[in-house]
Amino acid sequence: MLRRPASARYIALLLALALALASVPAWAPRFWIYIATQALIFAIFAMSLDLLLGYAGLPSFGHAAFYGVGAYACALLALREVDGLAPLLLVGAVAAALAAVPIGALSLRTTGIYFLMLTLAFAQMLWGLAVNWISLTRGTDGLIGIPRPTLPGLATLNITFYERGAFFILCLVVAIVTFVSLQALARSPFGKTLEGIRENERRMRALGCPTFRYRFAAFVVAAAFAGVAGALAAMSNGYATPDLLYWTGSGLALVAVVVGGARSLIGPVLGAFFVLFAQLGLSTFVERWELILGTLFIAFVLFLPGGLVGLVRRT
Amino acid sequence: MDVLNLAHGSFYMVGAYIAFSVVVATSNFWVALLIAPLALALLGAALEVAFFRRLYRHGHLAQVLLTFGFTLVFIDLIRSQFGPTTRSIPPPPGLAGAVELFGATFSSYSLFVLGVAIVVGALLVLAWRFLRVGAVLRAGVEDKEMAGLLGIDLPRVFTLTFAFGAGLAGLAGVVAAPEFAIYPGMDASVLILALVVVVLGGLGSIEGAMLGSAVIGLGYVIGTALFPQFAIGLIFAVMAAVLVLRPSGLLGRRM
Amino acid sequence: MEVSVARLTVRFGALAALNRVDISVATGERRAVIGPNGAGKTTLLNVIAGELQPTEGTVHLGERDATSLPTWRRARLGLGRTFQRSTLFSRLTVVENLALAIRARRRDSWRFWPVGDRALNEEVKGRLEASGLAHLAGRTAARLGHGERRILEVELALAASPSALLLDEPMAGLSAGERQTTLGRLRSLPKDVTVVIVEHDLDAVFALAERVTVLDHGVKIADGPAAEVRADPRVQEVYLGPI
Repeated sequence: MLRRPASARYIALLLALALALASVPAWAPRFWIYIATQALIFAIFAMSLDLLLGYAGLPSFGHAAFYGVGAYACALLALREVDGLAPLLLVGAVAAALAAVPIGALSLRTTGIYFLMLTLAFAQMLWGLAVNWISLTRGTDGLIGIPRPTLPGLATLNITFYERGAFFILCLVVAIVTFVSLQALARSPFGKTLEGIRENERRMRALGCPTFRYRFAAFVVAAAFAGVAGALAAMSNGYATPDLLYWTGSGLALVAVVVGGARSLIGPVLGAFFVLFAQLGLSTFVERWELILGTLFIAFVLFLPGGLVGLVRRT
Repeated sequence: MDVLNLAHGSFYMVGAYIAFSVVVATSNFWVALLIAPLALALLGAALEVAFFRRLYRHGHLAQVLLTFGFTLVFIDLIRSQFGPTTRSIPPPPGLAGAVELFGATFSSYSLFVLGVAIVVGALLVLAWRFLRVGAVLRAGVEDKEMAGLLGIDLPRVFTLTFAFGAGLAGLAGVVAAPEFAIYPGMDASVLILALVVVVLGGLGSIEGAMLGSAVIGLGYVIGTALFPQFAIGLIFAVMAAVLVLRPSGLLGRRM
Repeated sequence: MEVSVARLTVRFGALAALNRVDISVATGERRAVIGPNGAGKTTLLNVIAGELQPTEGTVHLGERDATSLPTWRRARLGLGRTFQRSTLFSRLTVVENLALAIRARRRDSWRFWPVGDRALNEEVKGRLEASGLAHLAGRTAARLGHGERRILEVELALAASPSALLLDEPMAGLSAGERQTTLGRLRSLPKDVTVVIVEHDLDAVFALAERVTVLDHGVKIADGPAAEVRADPRVQEVYLGPI
């Protein structure tokens, strides 16, 4: 049930998955490349939530706030004529991390149900801000006309991010970097201490560990990754709107993490693809995707709490 | 009950839509006022027995996730049945006018709502403190095993309590229907407010919920008057401030 | 490290779990705190450790007034403790449990990339052997027997290399052999480590302790060298009833 050292077979599987994904632009129709891009962005968001939920044991219902903050920060910068990829991603991460500082400082004084509700409340507060601070965010109209970023290396090769599949590959690279970084983090001394705090905070404190600081760090790091996902979303769609921060976004991310399998990082990736294909893919064929997703989700929570990954581990 | 149910907003929404259907069919608001709470109580009982009771030992997160799944289902069902457009129903005849009190004019219906709230609140507080059911619930939540050993039929108590809560949500939905818009997303707006009120007032305290709603209600009105744009933000700021100073809420008991 | 409490009072509503208790334990002393159930012994430990705030009175660790310090700061000053009910990392293995305790002591966990740590592994191995848990290294704590859990409970506290150790009924539920091992472990602690042990097992108490403090209903009724306290009629009355 707990993390085992990665076996050679597991790594091979991951590599195969990465390669398969990398090949997508070559054969898939544009519409499905778009959906896959959205799924990758959502996967990055879900992985950041797994750091909070699965590794730190913090059930946050307001994580979408950081996703949205990242999107808006990126949008605001892009609309001010900055188009380099690095600054745009960075500003998403930094803005989200900055937002996480006061929210984390206040919310992490509580645990369990209070934490859940506080994070939800703060996220809704930010949503309210996005809707009402019209001079900055243009309210429900949102910020539109966000161009794709540029990367100096690509320009010399005469490729832009408007090319078919180019932005998809970018998202894939960021997703892989996120996955590897979070895996490393989980196995680091920091990650192991976080695990101890999750398993028995009282004991950790009795052993001299300042648990608040570790949780706070995890909260901010998770927010930063969510911010990166948000920035990618803004650049992918070309706009940033308040509904990115709405609590149902946090809910769907939780669905992705749980269905995929918490504390595995690959689980949330699978879950993200699952949720997104249900949301965008299914809805073209089936009108009532929410019903199906909701029912499936209920089934998972009741019968497969370990998610898809848990299912695989059992067999 | 120490259960976090996100679908509670959905119960409210269903209550409002039942009111809508009944009024459209019979033009009788009072019938709806009677039917909706009963229907929701039955629905709540059924859901509790079939699904929710499995999750009591799995903690709040599992409950949150499960009930979140149900909100998706409910929204879909409502939307497919009634369509996405906003509906409304008029207040019942007899409560449609206005009344002069203390030199100010109040809508009769608002007074009616206030009256219902006070009556329900008072009944709940009295029941909680003086009837056995309050003590039984508290005991059951604190130590399930012990309560069971004492001969309390805990599953039944939980089902009844949950059903009662659902019924109240339905009642709220009916009462709200003539005053507010009826649309498929109304569960979210009321749920957030309800969560803020409950957390602010303190979990496990009915008086706290009443105090909380008074605070939030006043806060919202004052906020809308002073900074119309950020009234919602003000509410959350108030809740956050209270929680920072008193982590268990104003009148809460740490559960 | 010296451990002392002065005029310590803990009230829960009308009930005084501790009532103006004064205890002073010198550096390196072995002190036992005994008394019938409900005497306030665990409450005393919880206040010293910082999990409970006293209604009145102070807690001193060494020269420092620790009364308002949070638990983890007191632990960093050198205070270690065990819990009456084993408080382990149940879902982790014995090795992982010990590793966490050692890491917490070393305070070097602010590294965000995986590191191989030979020194850590060596120390874990050493402690496993000294405590007799080596054959259970890979077992998750939840699947240990009761006695094994109690031993791990003590080991976790020891892994923090405390300069003052609070032990809450470490012998409870142990087999004779396990009791011997634990007693041996405690006896072999460095001479400058202060030990405060709350125990019901009076044989262990008198085998280990130099001085004994007796509590009854939150009040200190005796405090002195082990032999004296043993012979004190008031103490016997409290345990055996009026004679």
